[in-house]
Amino acid sequence: MANEVCLRNNDLERPWLLEQYQSRGGYEQLKRILAGEITPAQVIDEVKAANLRGRGGAGFPTGMKWSFISREAPGQKYVVCNSDEGEPGTFKDRDILRYNPHQLIEGMIIAGYAIGATRGYNYIRGEFWEPYMRFQGAIDEAREAGLLGENILGSGFDFDLHVHLGGGAYVCGEETALLESIEGKKGQPRFKPPFPAHFGLYGRPTIINNTESLCSIPVIIEKGGKWFSEIGVANSGGSKLFSISGNINKPGVYEIPMGTPFAELLEMAGGMRDGRKCKAVIPGGSSSPVIPGEQMLDLTMDYDSIQGAGSMLGSGAVIVMDDTNCMVRVLERMSYFYYEESCGQCTPCREGTGWLYRVVSRIENGQGRPEDLELLEDVTRKIAGRTICALGDAAAMPVQGMLKHFRDEFEYHIEHKRCKVGA
Amino acid sequence: MGFKNAPMTTVKPVEGKENLFSPEVRAEIDSWIAKYPEQWRQSAVMAALRIVQDANGGYLTEALMDQVAAYLDMPAIAVYEVATFYSMYELKPVGRHKVCVCTNVSCMVNGSDKIVDHMEQKLGIKLGETTEDGRYTLKEVECLGACGGAPMFQIGTKYYENLTPELVDSILDGLE
Ligand SMILES: Cc1cc2nc3c(=O)[nH]c(=O)nc-3n(C[C@H](O)[C@H](O)[C@H](O)COP(=O)(O)O)c2cc1C
Ligand code: FES
Repeated sequence: MANEVCLRNNDLERPWLLEQYQSRGGYEQLKRILAGEITPAQVIDEVKAANLRGRGGAGFPTGMKWSFISREAPGQKYVVCNSDEGEPGTFKDRDILRYNPHQLIEGMIIAGYAIGATRGYNYIRGEFWEPYMRFQGAIDEAREAGLLGENILGSGFDFDLHVHLGGGAYVCGEETALLESIEGKKGQPRFKPPFPAHFGLYGRPTIINNTESLCSIPVIIEKGGKWFSEIGVANSGGSKLFSISGNINKPGVYEIPMGTPFAELLEMAGGMRDGRKCKAVIPGGSSSPVIPGEQMLDLTMDYDSIQGAGSMLGSGAVIVMDDTNCMVRVLERMSYFYYEESCGQCTPCREGTGWLYRVVSRIENGQGRPEDLELLEDVTRKIAGRTICALGDAAAMPVQGMLKHFRDEFEYHIEHKRCKVGA
Repeated sequence: MGFKNAPMTTVKPVEGKENLFSPEVRAEIDSWIAKYPEQWRQSAVMAALRIVQDANGGYLTEALMDQVAAYLDMPAIAVYEVATFYSMYELKPVGRHKVCVCTNVSCMVNGSDKIVDHMEQKLGIKLGETTEDGRYTLKEVECLGACGGAPMFQIGTKYYENLTPELVDSILDGLE
């Protein structure tokens, strides 16, 4: 039961070509929909039945998000795809862009049809030049074939699609910062409400979804929401792409059913390198709190299981670390990231991320003070929940997770001015 | 269109846009302008800055940013804001080859430090510096979304993954 949805054409030689995609039934669902076999309301119902939760990190139900927009509302509406892929540890959307771009395009057109939008943008991070060229090639092919543009396949429905390239800013993965960025501004998140469904791109109703969410849509329409939902487990429908990296033998992107035991995923990924012990796992991108290896080996990869262990499934980016890694050093690097990437708009995040980085850094460098761990915890409490976007929480949670599970390493650093692990 | 959301085009369009940039650069910027609604020329600012930067050997000057502002009917300050916000724009000269090396967690636990040390020694510069002959700049970057191939770096538009010191040598020596 692997590679059933987003990576289902990976066995083809050049799956990114239109003709190859069509040899597997590509664009057939769009044709059925445009022919009137499936109504917009039915599309949304299937997506709801699929129990598809947003793959960008927050896990919001996709069908519900789409139903916030009234198809009949007059004026321009937009579909925006989030291919910013900035969460450290995540590298799955890159594979969708490289190997299955047409399925993403088909998903975006179907989304546009469901909410009555005639224009879409895919926001691709600027560093992804090669994936961008692949995706742009697919857009050109689809337009040439009459699958994009005006009056698609003679149906009277128009939908056009463009790429917007990012410029290197993690915060632009946050949906409203991303919209600001498309509008030609620096990417500072907007206050919500109003939500993008009411006031989105250029002030118009907009749905914004992750690449993997939108790429799943054609398969959900083809095989039915129920089929998709049943691949997974309660509360976590479908299969999911996991980007697994770290001290393992076969890092990569694996598409497996939600609810698969972590131990199985680790085995697929070739197990621990040099047979070392799995010390710690960051289960859902660097913003998700770390989980000790032993505990992780008993968990399954779905929203409820990971949440039950005090962390988050997030974007499905699994970073596996063996026992040669010092957790203080790992946290220092992560805290630097949030400090570097805070957009500076909200004081608790702008100042707090600097505090977190400096204090962890002094502990790592043998200048920690006994009161520092409480200071860190205090700072995290003063950031979390007090900012416009979730970057603040994303900076606070990894610190809280590390102090909860690996406090002894921090204490050892402070007391002995050196590392317990010897790293 | 709400107040907060109106384009920042408070400036009077300049005359003689055809005298800005080369015809090729203009054509490329125009192809991006065409992707956005008519009154939103400024949506093309990120692409315009990238195109102009590439045509200028990898970095932006104030004069170039002013020209982008004029071309897109934007206040200059709005263009500076964008150019300073995003990490891919360079406001100082860089080497012919900008080596963007990732040191985030997955790369770090796979030895990106060794790669950085190796390059610093080989080139005789630190991260953030450019070699005297102007060939290489070393830049530390955040996760580039290729952690499955850690450690990795990007040069130009290309990703190089699963780096080892030997591989780094052959890549760097192979560039002009
Ligand atoms: C700081 C920050 C960075 C984010 N980065 C990304 C990203 O790179 N890709 C992504 O799809 N979502 C990212 N998100 C989540 C988006 O805000 C949004 O929830 C998501 O794109 C919605 O799509 P989905 O419902 O399909 O997941 C980020 C959120 C925050 C707060
Ligand atoms: S951590 Fe280096 S590419 Fe992701």
